[in-house]
This record gives sequence, structure tokens and C-alpha cells, in this order.
Amino acid sequence: MLTPLWLTLKVAVLATALAGLAGIALGWWMARKRFPGHALADAFLMLPMVLPPTVLGYYLIVVVGRNGVLGRYLDQWFGINLMFTWQGAVIAASIVSLPLIYKAARAAFEDADPRMALAARTLGAGELEIFLRISLPLAGRGVAAGLMLAFARAMGEFGATLMIAGNLPGKTQTLSIAVYDAVQAGNDAQALWLTLLISAVCMFVLVVSSRLLQSRH
Amino acid sequence: MHPVLDVDLRATLRSPGREFTLSARFQSPHTCTALMGPSGAGKSTVLLAIAGLLPQAVGHVRVNGGTLLDTAAGIDLPARERGVGMVFQDYALFPHMTVEQNLLFGVRRMGQRLANAEQEAERARVDALLEQFDLQPLRGALPRNLSGGQKQRVALARALAPAPRLLLLDEPLSALDGALRQRLRAELAEMLARVPIPTLIVTHEPQDAALLAHAVVQMEQGQVQG
Repeated sequence: MLTPLWLTLKVAVLATALAGLAGIALGWWMARKRFPGHALADAFLMLPMVLPPTVLGYYLIVVVGRNGVLGRYLDQWFGINLMFTWQGAVIAASIVSLPLIYKAARAAFEDADPRMALAARTLGAGELEIFLRISLPLAGRGVAAGLMLAFARAMGEFGATLMIAGNLPGKTQTLSIAVYDAVQAGNDAQALWLTLLISAVCMFVLVVSSRLLQSRH
Repeated sequence: MHPVLDVDLRATLRSPGREFTLSARFQSPHTCTALMGPSGAGKSTVLLAIAGLLPQAVGHVRVNGGTLLDTAAGIDLPARERGVGMVFQDYALFPHMTVEQNLLFGVRRMGQRLANAEQEAERARVDALLEQFDLQPLRGALPRNLSGGQKQRVALARALAPAPRLLLLDEPLSALDGALRQRLRAELAEMLARVPIPTLIVTHEPQDAALLAHAVVQMEQGQVQG
């Protein structure tokens, strides 16, 4: 019963890290730069939040599947195949949770007082140092809130994960898929236990992260 | 002999439905000059251009003969290399850093590996500034816990920490009024007298200009007058 839990936590942590790096960088970029097609790019980044997860899963198969646009080369050049692997689940979960981090990070960077960066520049700092020592810490609460939501979303990911990684017990069967599997099989006791387990873990994550956010203030 | 400050700046700023043309040309032989005019005249924009924070500015900026910007000659130092200290309106202190960290920011670059002696020298410089501006007891305080006058002193000390060749002050007293304003004006005048580097102060108050600066440059609707 604990195998799906560990798998879920592993997938959610890695997916949050991946989506975190991409989401923070994209949020920063989109908050600072204006270019033709800005609104379109924003809509594209938000798409995973509104698309049905199955549609997203289908897109992912088209891109990273064995014969996919990218997947073909991953297979040919590196011998990597993401279909029906937990790494594929990480990709699915990170795409699904990306908009949550991106949106939170972009809003936090846009809210920041632009004079802070200007002041840092007159004091001799380069752009990377301004980002790491001024912009990111000042956007910290917003970014942390986005990461927390993304982690919760990644924990509960179902549709896209099922399409990419399938339902292989011990290999790609995460908690949410295990619950579905147990109910389908009429294994009510198993389903109840898994449900309680995932609820407890989610409560724990929420309480700990809100603690962390409070103590920063 | 070079003038202390030699500025000739032009810029066109566009925002939807508005176009603002800036044309500021002035020289000053004095250490401390005031740039005066009504709000919206473009004074703060001139400061941004001098500091290197207005990419569209063309013309030249020289301080004691040293060139910071000369578009005709293809010189345009980035802001971080201009050595221009700036005190922003409302100070723009880094809210997540203590007074001491705010001062150190202009002295110590990220990822820089320094010998112990150099680190000592940096610390000594920050200590001296904390001492000079009466900030020793506040070194561990965060900006939100400081009074207006204390913030002003921190902002000035922070701007001076990297030993700039020019100091810019943007409406340093505008956040204050009444008796406090008068007291801080006197305090600022005293501090500036102790700092022997070229200074340009933006203000809309004739009294501030008269008390703080040796010369006054008038500005209106984006243009320097006379």
C-alpha cells in the first residue's frame, strides 16, 4: 500500500521542481518583457490548466510518445522512452502544474516595486544578481504559494498521467490511479485506505507549507 | 578646467496617447546643484538618464570630465558601471535586508571571492558609514521598522557605500512635511556638506534648492530653461 505513496511523492516532488524552474523563469520573463504575441504566449502557458487532462495527455503522446515529434529523437539518440515510465508521469504532472507556478510567479514579479531593481543596478549589481538577491526574494511568498499549489496539483494528477504512464502497479501506479483501480476492482477497503492516506498527506503538506509561509513574515 | 557636471540629454518617451520630449542641457561648476521645476517637468527622468536607467536617452553626461554617456562617440556605460549613487524618492530600500545588508549590497558583489584583508576593508567601509550617519544602533533593523529620517540616512549611506563619483537625490524630502521636513532638510544639508562628491538634487521646493544647493537649474515641460 505504501508503494503508490512513495511513487506519488517522488513524482510530485520532481514534477514541482521541474515546473518550478520553468514556471519561475517564464513568470519572470513574461512579467518583464513585452513582445508581439505576448498575450498569445500567456494563453499558451495557461492552457494546461483549462484543457481536459486527457487532451493534455494526448498532446504529450504526440510530442514525447515513441513516434512523437520529440520522442522519436529521444529514443533514437538517447534510447530514452518516456511512455509507461514514472519519468513520463513526472513530465505529465509538471506540465499540468506549470500554470499554477507560472501565474503566481508572474503576478509576484509584476507586483514588485520596479525601483528595487533600478536601485540594485545603480549599486553595481548585474542582472543575475538582481534576480537572485532582489527580485526572487521579494517575490518569495507568491512563488512559494505557487509551488505549494503545484505540488498539491501534481500529487492529485490523474488523467494525463494515466495516458502517458499507464497503470502499472509498483511502476507507474500513483495514489490517485490506485484509488481508481481499487474502486474499479470492487476493492472497497483498499480504496478507503488509499483515500484516507492521500487525504492525510495532503493535509500535512498544507499545514506545513502554511506554517512555513507564516514564519517567513 | 572641466565643469563638475556637464549634461546634454534628449529622449522621447511614448506611452499610449502621450508623447513626452525631454531636452535637458546644462553645466554646473558647483559641487551641489539643484534641478528644480513643477512635478511632471521631467526632473526625475533626467536623473534616471544620468544614472543609466533610461535606455532611450541620447546625448552626453560628463562628471568632472569623465564620460558616462556620449552617444555620438558610442559610449554608453551600463548603470552598474557608471558609479552614480542614487537616492530614490521614498528611498527604495531593500525591504528584506537589514540596514547593514542594504549598505553591503553596494560594496560586495555576489560570488566574489575575496581575501580576508579585502573583506575587512569592506566591513570597515560599511562600519564607517554606519558611524558617520549615526546608524550603528540600527544596523540589524529592517527598513519597515525605521522612521522617515532614519530611512533617509540609510538611503544616503547606501548610495555612498560604493564610493560613487556622482550622487543623485530624487525629491529627498517629498515624503515629509511640516517641522519634520525642516529638521531633515537641515540634517541633509549638513550631511551633504560633509560629503565632497558632486551632487544633483531634484526638488520642486525653492526653499530646498536654496538651502541644499549652490546652483539651481530650472526645468519645465521636459525642457531646461535658460
